[in-house]
Parts: sequence; structure tokens; C-alpha cells
Amino acid sequence: MCVICGCGEGDATVHKVGAAPTHEHDDPHVHTHADGTTHSHEHGIYHDHDHDHGHDHGHVHDHPHAPGHPRDLHVPGRDAQTIALETALLGKNQALAERNRGWLAGRGVLALNLMSSPGAGKTTLLERSILDLQGQVAISVVEGDQATLNDAERIRATGAAAVQVNTGTGCHLEADMLARALDLLQPAKGSLLVIENVGNLVCPALFDLGEKARVVIFSVTEGEDKPLKYPHMFSRADVLLLSKTDLLPHLRVDLQRMMGNALTVNPRLKIIPVSAYTGEGLDAWYSWLCDELGGLAESR
Amino acid sequence: MHELGITRNLVAIVSERAVGQKVLRVRLEVGRLSGVLVEAIRFCFDICSQGTPLEGATLQIVEVPGRGRCSACGAEPLLAAPLGRCPACREPSLRIVAGTELKIVEMEVESCV
Repeated sequence: MCVICGCGEGDATVHKVGAAPTHEHDDPHVHTHADGTTHSHEHGIYHDHDHDHGHDHGHVHDHPHAPGHPRDLHVPGRDAQTIALETALLGKNQALAERNRGWLAGRGVLALNLMSSPGAGKTTLLERSILDLQGQVAISVVEGDQATLNDAERIRATGAAAVQVNTGTGCHLEADMLARALDLLQPAKGSLLVIENVGNLVCPALFDLGEKARVVIFSVTEGEDKPLKYPHMFSRADVLLLSKTDLLPHLRVDLQRMMGNALTVNPRLKIIPVSAYTGEGLDAWYSWLCDELGGLAESR
Repeated sequence: MHELGITRNLVAIVSERAVGQKVLRVRLEVGRLSGVLVEAIRFCFDICSQGTPLEGATLQIVEVPGRGRCSACGAEPLLAAPLGRCPACREPSLRIVAGTELKIVEMEVESCV
């Protein structure tokens, strides 16, 4: 959440990379708040800010809570009625995710939600995979980042179609963002769709996008106990790619302990050590991808 | 921070179901294995409820403890974090059976006499 204007998940923008620009990239976007103060975002970021929040939360960190701030405003003498709701808080996202799932299944598209901490090597591994599987597997990509079109442009340079979602200040992708991206991207029937989530080992774990499988990338430089520190992410993953194995000669890391910790949190994890640079482990990764695609084709 | 989005959802859902009536109380169930921080929900609620029918409402949060069930030895350990390996028999046969709840149980609205 932006602590200045409070904008967050509701302000994600989706860009088709490679299409002729239909908007100004030079617009500095100066925002004026309810109290008259202003702030601006970096150049080159195209936002579709909707500040119609209905109430003023301009300076969140300034919110004063007077002592004895009343939380309970029951007025004696008024009737009150308790209504059972039993409603899932993430129900809306879940419903949209299921709709995405149905749409993807109908087209035989294998969708993977690729997650990791920032810098673990998601985009690099994707670039390598696209180049190696050229001619065999049609791949399209949804890139998620707070800002810049950099990752989508890197993917486009490999020849694959890509759409960039900029969350602004959001820290994870949600199902509605994927729906909008799919609208623009229109992945081909029977193809592979990789959703590269925002680099974050915490929040993306909670938000179903409609994917078939979750792939977590965890590099060998991140520490053996990471799976224990971020159990929610690792327990909800299907595949774990242990990346940057080419760096092992320079590190003092216990790979067995690293994998053991991951399996303690999630015994069903399929673990593949890989290096996008040397090519180690990539055959096993591609084999898994093709098996999944084949399984999808058979079930149609 | 994902709790902001979740709390905005909460306010939106309850406002819609309250149909113009003032909301006096909301009761949530948040499991200890849901990945959601209860204090962050409380913090966000104070902010998100302002100017809505939920402003000033009491927010009750029932925290449901995490529990697993082992298909190998039958143990039902309490869990503080997601876990797949049974702490009792060490087999990878632990399933989470409680603690992932994230729902609005009920709301109390002011009804006109």
C-alpha cells in the first residue's frame, strides 16, 4: 500500500508489450489529495488511478487514534439483529480464479503460477526455457511487477508473447488481473502459459489465480532454512526449482538440508535443482512440463 | 501487505449485505494457518471502515488453532505453521484439517424499531 495516497491492489494496469503505444509515457502523473498535498510517481509508469475511494485515507500513518477512541457504538434502546453470513473473505478472488481455471481448461492451456523472492531467477529461467523449447511448445507469459515493462520486454525478445501487469504498489497478483491479462494475451489452445508473479515469498501464496500448478523458484544463495521461514509458500507449491546451481562451488550451502527442509513443510514437492546458465536440471524441468501438457491434452 | 486488500473485501461484502443499515458488530474466523495477520486486519479495519456503514463497529476475530491429522499414526498435532511431516512418527503423511479458515461468520446490524 502506498503510504501517501493509500492506493494498492485496485490500481493494477495491464500492458501488451510490442503493441503501438496508445498513451503518453511522459506524463509525470501528479496526484492531488483531498487535503491539497500532491505527490508524483516515476516517469514511464502508466497508471489508471481511480481515487474515488469514498472516504479520505490520504495520510494513513497520520491517523490519530484519540485515547478512548470508541470501537463499540451500541446505542442502548435500539434493536439489533444478528445475520449469519458464513462468507469466505477471499470468496470474490476465488470465484474469479475458478472462472479463469474453467476458461483455461476449455482451451487446454496449461497455466503455471511462478513465484519466488525477488532475484531468484524467474525471468532468466523463463527466457532459457522459451528458447530451448522453441518449435516444441508454444509459450506465452503474463509478467507481474510493481513497475516497468522490463520483464515483458525481455520475454518478447525471445519471440514469445507477453503481457505486463503493473500492480503499482500491490505486492501480489490476483485473479482479476489475470483475467484482464488473458483478455489481451489470448493464449493459443494447447499452449503453455506462465504467470510470473511479483517477487514475494509471502503474499502471492494466498491468492489463487486459476493456475493448474504452482512452481516456486528458490535459489541456492537464499539459505537452507528458507522453506521453514516461509511455510505458507512452500506448502502450497507443486514444484520447487532450486536455481543458480552453477554458483554452488562458491557457496557453503548444505543442499541436502535445504531440500530436507522443503520436504518437511511439503512432502509432495517435486524438487529439481537447475541452472539457467549451465543447463543443469533443465531436461527434468522440460520433461515435467511436457508430461503436464500431455496430461492436459489427454483429458480434453 | 495483503491484509489491506482482504480488509477492503470485508468492508465491501458486509456493506453490501447490510443494505444501508448501520453495522454494529462483525465476527470473523481467521485460522492461525491462513497466512493472515490478525493485528494487520484490525489496523486496516480502523481505516477501511471510515465513512462506511461499518464505521465504529466492533470487530470480533476468532482465531482458530492449526491442527493436522496423520494418516500413518493417527496423531492430531496442533500446528503453529503449515507442516507435512508428522512430528510424532516422522512420516510425510500429515494433512492440515483446521486453521486455514478466513471467513465472515456473522454481522450485527441496527434495525429500526
